[in-house]
Amino acid sequence: MQRIGVFVCWCGSNIAGTVDVVAVAEALKSEPGVVFSANYQYMCSQAGQDLIKDAIKEHNLTGIVVCSCSPRMHEATFRKTAAAAGLNPYMVEIANIREQCSWVHKDMPVGTEKAIILGKAAVAKVNLNTPLVPGESPVTKRALVIGGGIAGIQTALDIADAGFEVDIVEKQPTIGGKMAQLDKTFPTLDCAACILTPKMVDVGQHEKIRIFSYSEVEAVKGFVGNFDVTIKKKARYVKEELCTGCGDCVSKCPMKKVPNEFNLGMDNRKAIYIPFAQAVPKVATIDADYCNMLKNGKCGVCAKFCQAGAIDYTQKDELIEEKYGAIVVATGYNPISMDKFDEFAYNQSKDVITSLEFERLTNAAGPTAGKLLRPSDGKHPEKIVFVQCVGSRCDACNEKGKEYCSKICCMYTAKHAMLTRDKYPDTDVTVFYIDVRTPGKNFDEFYRRAVEEFGVHYIKGMVGKVSPEGDKLIVQASDIIANKQIKIDADLVVLAAAIEPDKSARPLATMLTASMDTNDFFTEAHPKLRPVESPTAGVFLSGACQGPKDIPETVSQAGAAASKVIGLLAKDKLTGNPCVAHSNEMMCNGCSSCERVCPYGAITYEDKEFRMPDRTTLVRRIAVVNPAVCQGCGCCTVACPSGAMDLKGFANNQIIAEVDAICK
Amino acid sequence: MQKITRDVLVEKAVSLLENGTVANVLGWRKGEFDYDITPAVFTDKADIEANFVWNDFCGANFSKYLVQKTRKLEGKILVFLKPCDTYSFNQLLTEHRFDREKVYAVGVSCEGMVDIDKIKAIAGDGISKIVCGEMIEVSTVYSDEVIKIDAKDVLEGRCESCKSKKHVAYDELLGEEGDVIDSNRFDEVAKLEAMTPDERFAFWQEQLSKCIRCNACRDICPACTCENCVFNNPNSGVENKAAANSFEEKMFHIIRAFHVAGRCTDCGECSRVCPQNIPLHLLNRKFIKDMDSFYGEYQAGAEVGSRAPLVNYTTEDVEPCDVFEGGNE
Amino acid sequence: MQVKEYKPLIVAFCCNWCSYAGADLAGNNRLNYPAEVKIIRVPCSCRVNPMFVLRAFQRGADGVILCGCHPGDCHYTSGNYYTRRRMAMLFSMLDYLGIERERTRVEWVSAAEGAKFAATMNDFAEKVAALGENKRLEDLRCKK
Repeated sequence: MQRIGVFVCWCGSNIAGTVDVVAVAEALKSEPGVVFSANYQYMCSQAGQDLIKDAIKEHNLTGIVVCSCSPRMHEATFRKTAAAAGLNPYMVEIANIREQCSWVHKDMPVGTEKAIILGKAAVAKVNLNTPLVPGESPVTKRALVIGGGIAGIQTALDIADAGFEVDIVEKQPTIGGKMAQLDKTFPTLDCAACILTPKMVDVGQHEKIRIFSYSEVEAVKGFVGNFDVTIKKKARYVKEELCTGCGDCVSKCPMKKVPNEFNLGMDNRKAIYIPFAQAVPKVATIDADYCNMLKNGKCGVCAKFCQAGAIDYTQKDELIEEKYGAIVVATGYNPISMDKFDEFAYNQSKDVITSLEFERLTNAAGPTAGKLLRPSDGKHPEKIVFVQCVGSRCDACNEKGKEYCSKICCMYTAKHAMLTRDKYPDTDVTVFYIDVRTPGKNFDEFYRRAVEEFGVHYIKGMVGKVSPEGDKLIVQASDIIANKQIKIDADLVVLAAAIEPDKSARPLATMLTASMDTNDFFTEAHPKLRPVESPTAGVFLSGACQGPKDIPETVSQAGAAASKVIGLLAKDKLTGNPCVAHSNEMMCNGCSSCERVCPYGAITYEDKEFRMPDRTTLVRRIAVVNPAVCQGCGCCTVACPSGAMDLKGFANNQIIAEVDAICK
Repeated sequence: MQKITRDVLVEKAVSLLENGTVANVLGWRKGEFDYDITPAVFTDKADIEANFVWNDFCGANFSKYLVQKTRKLEGKILVFLKPCDTYSFNQLLTEHRFDREKVYAVGVSCEGMVDIDKIKAIAGDGISKIVCGEMIEVSTVYSDEVIKIDAKDVLEGRCESCKSKKHVAYDELLGEEGDVIDSNRFDEVAKLEAMTPDERFAFWQEQLSKCIRCNACRDICPACTCENCVFNNPNSGVENKAAANSFEEKMFHIIRAFHVAGRCTDCGECSRVCPQNIPLHLLNRKFIKDMDSFYGEYQAGAEVGSRAPLVNYTTEDVEPCDVFEGGNE
Repeated sequence: MQVKEYKPLIVAFCCNWCSYAGADLAGNNRLNYPAEVKIIRVPCSCRVNPMFVLRAFQRGADGVILCGCHPGDCHYTSGNYYTRRRMAMLFSMLDYLGIERERTRVEWVSAAEGAKFAATMNDFAEKVAALGENKRLEDLRCKK
């Protein structure tokens, strides 16, 4: 028989205001197994915890019920309290009489009655609790960073500097990500390449970092501390270890008409290419969709000119298996497609471009060598219109865009407008906006400079239509402050397209069993208190895969994710969740039902010898649960026909006891 | 009337015993009455020749016996399987319930079994002798007249809506192989579904109130082979025989149907053995019908190793609130 | 005869990660729902054995509702997909036996949907209250 203590918390007036806590404590005193009952203003306070500890010792309690706030709030606190008093922490049950009682019911008698029933259910459960001891598992001291943009780069550098091995998997031939495509960065206007490329070099040269470029994660198995990851290294038809990055192959390649994705298709590259001059690793890659040799077996020019002998047309995709203790997701973002936004004539006119395309047009390494020229005729644009919130902050019913704010557009549009006016003072620049959102250090000052010093016209209102007429773009818009319709004959229209998570994120989330929101951004374990961890243990979030972010924010989050990873890898052993499934071998049929529903592959089978009552032996197939792999969902317990499979901490008889207590 | 004669089965059993292929024969043994036939293990030729039975009353499905018999008996077991029995046989293999190596399975084609209650309804009580044939000849103690009944008129309910004449598992087949039949077995379920909830409740209350909790349905069911049945296990939270307002008593049939859902092959043994003639198969068939319509057609035991609908899912499955659509309100 | 306002007893099984947190959020936002709704916390909706649902009814519950993460968002990846199949089967069977279909429900409630949690409970309680006491399962095997 258990000796149970009941502790009813007032939570100041939060509970005591609607629940007669004295009556609850009194009523629960007569429940089976209860030998002690008390109430106190703040059970979670030091004094409250001391009260619990003293009672455990004084009354030799074997289990406690705390009637307080949600277990999601303080279950861990009270478990620690119990452990400090020598009681197994899993002998603690919480009756949630705040969030699910005092806060939702207004009537004192009603709240009190419900609180008593919730307390009874918890007492009924704790009567059937058994002490649980968590298992331990080793930690592989290596981290995997998925994505080699600024988020992944920063995370990898921080982890590696702490002395742990890091692998970066990047699907492009080079790391660098979106930031490598940018021209200048707000609010300081230093050039992106100048601050990014040294970091890329650091990554490439770091003895603790390996880069798997042109690679993708193919499969993930295992669990925190012990992930088994299969990485697919796509065939680039160039031996990475031999290629010197000299570029001879690129200059000789006769296939010149391949749209250059680095410049967003605004110019062409070769079939063999190095994405940009500062690429890391600086290794050529053959685009199999365009290479004549690979397609038709005719050409072979690059192999002929490669002095290092690095070209290998027979290269195949390679699968690499590696173990990791932690995984960081840094898959980043992309601007949304403008295909559905016909009103802005993006597909009708070459002179309607996205902001990322504008970055390339102003970048010294871009298709125009940094000169701002119209894509259609190469003329200098005299009137430029910037349109903000294209696809951001849309109505829920609008299927074209996103409901959320893309966050970075106000600042980069201000940057683009300012830089244009700085370089070409004769250019007329107008920005249409819904709101200008510039919180952040030195951000609002930056925007005001654009307006006040650089004379950018900011007009509050949305653009209704852009229509190409001759070599002009007629922009029809409304000015909602002046309350009038405006027409501007612009030479160039720049759309601040909303950003969305990379398409690779959703399948990756499935592999990682990490959760996502409806927009395919990864969900944090807690939006405020655990912002860089996924709810899936051992999976961490860095950068825009978690939500729209600018560079400063991305870098700080990347560092935060790294510190969480370092904290994990610094441990030699992990303590598991003891609330795992286990199978009663005497009752197990060996039928495989449980194995089929287990999302973690935690269940295996073995043939076990049983001594029968008549002294014969019988070999039977039985299920065995790996407690380090089991996450404790309990799906197997319901699939099991014989009831052999049960879940510790949420056992069949415990839940039934709760049901009975509630329904009594 | 069965096309394969008893002599063919006896000859097969004797020859397999004598050439050492098997050491035991699982077959039907003559009982007190001609219609009263018991599953039995034979080990010698004389016993088989004297007491082995194969006729229109051999409804018993032997698959379930293999779970215990393969553990306890020395040597290989010859088992005779009708087409419907082979589905149970496969299902038990899927669940790893017996060692296939220990079994020699002989498929026997089947023309359907007859229902003694239907015969009694025609011939009356006091049956003294039954001779099987196309026309079943029934003699009673009350009359010298031999009553002749067409076997087709007194088929067991499950055989009237037979789902398959095809054997899905055997080592050797006696007789001709048949086909899976486009059966009308869900008609009865559909009829119930078409009723109002009140009518359905009245129907089931009528039926389930007859239950005397003899456990025959569970004991005969080839899907009920648990090492320790939840209804016998005081820790399962389901067993509480002593309590007056007993969970087990009220919910037994629902719980049992759910336990075997996806694993039930619709062999119909539950209804055959029910002493109260409760149409228990209509519970199991409801699950089969639902699973077929919601998750795609699935026949338990059709293939060894198949994944049953309740241990499977798709991301596009029907929501529980939508299962009622099409049901009459 | 004057009858006191009938309050149905409702058992709500909530998964720890989404729906229980959703219920907490309803509390945080002080959104009312009937006190007759009593929540049992389970790690995942797939932990809920149909036996528990039947047990609740047999012990006097008038309605049983399961809440879990939205399909695709299960903390354990696929648990709620199994829940969906199991409960679809169970509910269909109860309906087949003539038990009122409004007594059972599955609702997907995320941790962010406190308002949905409260609205769901209010609606469910109202529907169950309209049915009155749950007598049918009690009487299923007791024809008088």
